[in-house]
Amino acid sequence: MKTQEMICIRCPMGCQLTVTQDENGYSVTGNTCRRGEEYGIQEMRCPMRVVTSSVKVTGGQRPVCSVKTAQAVPKSEIGAVLGEIAALRPSAPIHIGDVLAGDIAHTGVALIATAND
Amino acid sequence: MLVKKYDVAVIGGGPAGLAAALSAKEREPGLTVAVIERDKALGGILQQCIHNGFGLHYFGEELTGPEYANRFIERIKGSGVDVYLDTMVLELTPERRVVCVSAANGLMAIDAGAVVLAMGCRERTRGALNIPGTRPAGVYTAGCAQRLVNMEGLMPGKKVLILGSGDIGLIMARRLTWEGAKVVLVAEIMPYSSGLNRNIVQCLVDNGIPLKFNHTVTNIIGKERVEAVTVAEVDPRTRLPITGTEQTYECDTLLLSVGLLPENELTSAAGIDIDPVTNGAVVDETRQTSLAGVFACGNVLHVHDLVDNVSDEATLAGRAAAEYASGQASRQQTYAVKGVNGVRYTVPQRVHAGLDGKTDIYFRVGNAYRPATAVVRCGDTVIAKRRKQIMTPGEMEKITIDAALVTGDLTVGLEEVNPS
Repeated sequence: MKTQEMICIRCPMGCQLTVTQDENGYSVTGNTCRRGEEYGIQEMRCPMRVVTSSVKVTGGQRPVCSVKTAQAVPKSEIGAVLGEIAALRPSAPIHIGDVLAGDIAHTGVALIATAND
Repeated sequence: MLVKKYDVAVIGGGPAGLAAALSAKEREPGLTVAVIERDKALGGILQQCIHNGFGLHYFGEELTGPEYANRFIERIKGSGVDVYLDTMVLELTPERRVVCVSAANGLMAIDAGAVVLAMGCRERTRGALNIPGTRPAGVYTAGCAQRLVNMEGLMPGKKVLILGSGDIGLIMARRLTWEGAKVVLVAEIMPYSSGLNRNIVQCLVDNGIPLKFNHTVTNIIGKERVEAVTVAEVDPRTRLPITGTEQTYECDTLLLSVGLLPENELTSAAGIDIDPVTNGAVVDETRQTSLAGVFACGNVLHVHDLVDNVSDEATLAGRAAAEYASGQASRQQTYAVKGVNGVRYTVPQRVHAGLDGKTDIYFRVGNAYRPATAVVRCGDTVIAKRRKQIMTPGEMEKITIDAALVTGDLTVGLEEVNPS
């Protein structure tokens, strides 16, 4: 049996979780909602994060436009995702929700604009 | 001078101002409502907060700052609320005349039936801390760096030390790392962080950035540009640096994330009572200040952790401003609400007697307590009680009272607690 302490990051409450692994799989205690349980198990299997950043825009009102991955990507892929974001040069106009890359760094997740420019 | 008349004038077009204006218009659609914003766009500080985590409570989903702001901006567009951008308010008079200036209209006065103060806050700077050392380039507030990176596309430096573990400092530690900078240390003078636990995890732990509690900056070294910063351990009781613990970190940038100050110059000049703890106005449960017809909400009233709470508070203030402007003001007596026994402050600081329904009282504690029970008393009678596993200064707490039970002054305090 293996246990791991962690702080849930799914909401601002920041619950202190204990995730226990035994022959039946994972169990989570210390969470106050279902999202905490999901987080604890996911964190043990493959930690996932939403990446937020900005891209340089050609011809926009502002030099950069903010972006995010439409869903969380594996934590281990964050560096690759940031590398591809840095190389993007979309042209204005850009609207909130526009897909700027359909499959960022082969994660299967889209990169979308979070501001207008 | 151009003189205009509005039923409700909202000063500030950030999250508080936008929610207040929409709420006023919704409560009384026949009223004229104006938002006055000094920046070129609406949205306030949210526009530079490009990280996610906003709106879980208010919208039931995780949004980035610009997305959260845009939800309100889109609603403002079709609402009939007038927006004055690039317009700086110079003065609020006790007669509720709002004097402002802009390139488009020159000097302008707005005579308002009710005013909502939603000017937000600004960051404490190096000057507020009296950090010794030379005065080179490379010392920024965290929010200033955030604007440079996220809106101007500029990097403030390559090797960064951050003083203060407030949320903006934590967020910027990750942001700068992700943009290729090296964050050598986050130093926090207190034995705990004023930021959210989740941000310590996802910003510092995830990126291997060290955090030292009970540490502060004691010297800034460098002639033209920051070359190094000296950090020393502090005595937790006195918070004074301990001689012999100094360590010098080579870096080219120092970010300060050392607290926010509500921007209340207009408020003070109008003669409105200010709470010395929050540095914001003293308000009742409708967020009305000591000057009748003037309301305050958001970070200008007290610094919030979550924009969702700002939107809720602004909705209250906007609704009450609309009611005041249309002549539905309450003239009932108010009683004081006071924080005692570990509770640093409460908002509201006053409540009306003879109300129906529930009233939420927000408060902050002065230390970390686990577990903690907050108790609201009216005289000797306990009228509300709330127990939590942990209460920390970094998180605003809320306790709900039955408004009908208010028959005198209230106290909000902690009982049966162990400071930890």
